[in-house]
Amino acid sequence: MTFLIQVLRIAGPYGLAALAGTFSELGGVVNIALEGILLAGALGATLAAYWTGNPWLGVLAGIGAGMLLSCLHAWATLRHRVDQIVSSLACNFLAAGLCRFILKLVFHSTSNSARVEGLGDWGPFDPFLVLFFVIAAVCHWTVYRTRFGLRLRAVGEHPKAAESLGISVLAMRFKGVLLSGALAGLGGAWLALEQHQFTDGMSGGRGYIALAAVILGRWTPLGAAGAAIFFGLAESLQIILQAYGVSIPTQFVQMLPYLMTLAAVAGVAGKSRPPAADGIPYSSEQD
Amino acid sequence: MKAVLREARWVAITIAILALALTIGTLALKQSPVEVFRLIFSEVVFDGYGLGQTFYKATMLIFTGLACSLAFRCGLFNIGAEGQLYAGAFAMTLVGLKFPGLPAILLIPLMLATAAAGGAAWAVVPAVLKAKRGAHEVITTMMMNFVAMAMANYLISAHFHEPETIHTAELPAAAGLPSFETMFGLFKGSPVNASLLLSFIIAAAIAYFLWRTPTGFEWRAVGVSPDAARTSGVKVSATTIKVMLASGAISGLAGSNFVLGYKHYFEQGFASGAGFLGIAVALVAKNNPIGVIPSALLFAFMSQAGLTLNRTIPREMFDILQAAAILIVVIAQNKLGGETKK
Repeated sequence: MTFLIQVLRIAGPYGLAALAGTFSELGGVVNIALEGILLAGALGATLAAYWTGNPWLGVLAGIGAGMLLSCLHAWATLRHRVDQIVSSLACNFLAAGLCRFILKLVFHSTSNSARVEGLGDWGPFDPFLVLFFVIAAVCHWTVYRTRFGLRLRAVGEHPKAAESLGISVLAMRFKGVLLSGALAGLGGAWLALEQHQFTDGMSGGRGYIALAAVILGRWTPLGAAGAAIFFGLAESLQIILQAYGVSIPTQFVQMLPYLMTLAAVAGVAGKSRPPAADGIPYSSEQD
Repeated sequence: MKAVLREARWVAITIAILALALTIGTLALKQSPVEVFRLIFSEVVFDGYGLGQTFYKATMLIFTGLACSLAFRCGLFNIGAEGQLYAGAFAMTLVGLKFPGLPAILLIPLMLATAAAGGAAWAVVPAVLKAKRGAHEVITTMMMNFVAMAMANYLISAHFHEPETIHTAELPAAAGLPSFETMFGLFKGSPVNASLLLSFIIAAAIAYFLWRTPTGFEWRAVGVSPDAARTSGVKVSATTIKVMLASGAISGLAGSNFVLGYKHYFEQGFASGAGFLGIAVALVAKNNPIGVIPSALLFAFMSQAGLTLNRTIPREMFDILQAAAILIVVIAQNKLGGETKK
């Protein structure tokens, strides 16, 4: 049981970021900025928890910070039709620089913030964990059972057709990206509040692993969350094996998600296909 | 001529916006912008060491920027320069350690060839997956980046490191490129070296290849429209593989700046993101191989200015400016049309 909870704790932030990536990409916007959004969420949560002393406000601030950064991505890609990969990379550079900058200004440190209050010990009912499961289920339901989900998928698959039915492509995509920012921001808040502080670069590539989980989950919310849990399992298994004297070099475990993703896109186990209009800017004046 | 003027206006506007952003940032930190700009000029622009450091930092960025711009122009979004760079640099170091007896005239070309081969080898998987399976190169090259970094860390920590360090043993003395200081007496104290000249040669070679040879024309045609190229008889998937391997080979050479020109060993994380920044360098240069040189210098300049000014304003300010530069330039490119980026 404790092992299971440990796995889920490791997997949770990946999972939220993977859900975030799924929403954005289902609407047709590639979001490599997940890494930066996690970082922004973590810093937002830390700052709010530090200033107000209330970790719950930290959670909200993390979500807000994530949404703010995703707005920049949406503004550049939807309004100005900047290449989505370029824009997300710029967002990642920006988040990394801005977070270090703020860390230095507020906490006068290049490595970590002051200690902040976490959400406390809830035993197996860790609020983040509960939230993660609820959110994963709600996401799946939203995508496949609501009008919003149908429209989001429509603008990601065939924006022209969606528009001819009166759906605003840009507005739907904006909502997808914004939701993405909120979810990954929450993931960032989880990271920071669990460790009771913000450390420089604490997203540690989780945003990219989340991207891998999106692909392995074949662009479905439950699939993405499941893939993230699997990655969490691999990571904790390594810790456990080490305790029993079996040592697999850390680096090989680190490679696992990436190698699996390569296998997935190579088509080793069936076809993994992104939404048809994923990554393609849209403007209604186009032919 | 008109096009040149339009380009020049862009560069001027971008620099003006960046300078304005720096001024505002400096004022927000309650520091004097006059002092900041005075320091930038006296310690970076008009200082042999500062300028040398800028050129040293630019060297790796020129290589990775060239690798990215070549791929982007030919329709491949290779963001794997970081991994290809490590693969090339590591392979090069192994060869150098293996053949300590060779004279420089043989060893250096051998090491450079190995570096290019290593970088290209790291691009094989994304190239083949793209050509044969249609797997998107952004995903595959990104995944290969992380595999490369983990692999290099493993090899260094488990097999090749010198005790108490995170780098390999030192290479034989023959495996060294001369610095500008020894060659021309320029940039005293800075490790800027002959690999900068190599990067210039490669930039010119790519420009010549793309615009003056039939094969270069085919490669560009694939970048503009794979379907049209296929209709006119270009073998698109074979070209895709070649472009990706060439791009990987150029990234692979980037490490020569550090391995051959500066420290003479392979160190974990020595590139510190030069592969990723190469993407930005290529974009700001609008994927023009000659434009990559000033673009790389701009990014290197910002990073050197950041280091120099760190006592006055945190150098992270310049990281933010770099991100801003990317966004400004790509938005401006889209707004004002001009040359498209492929």
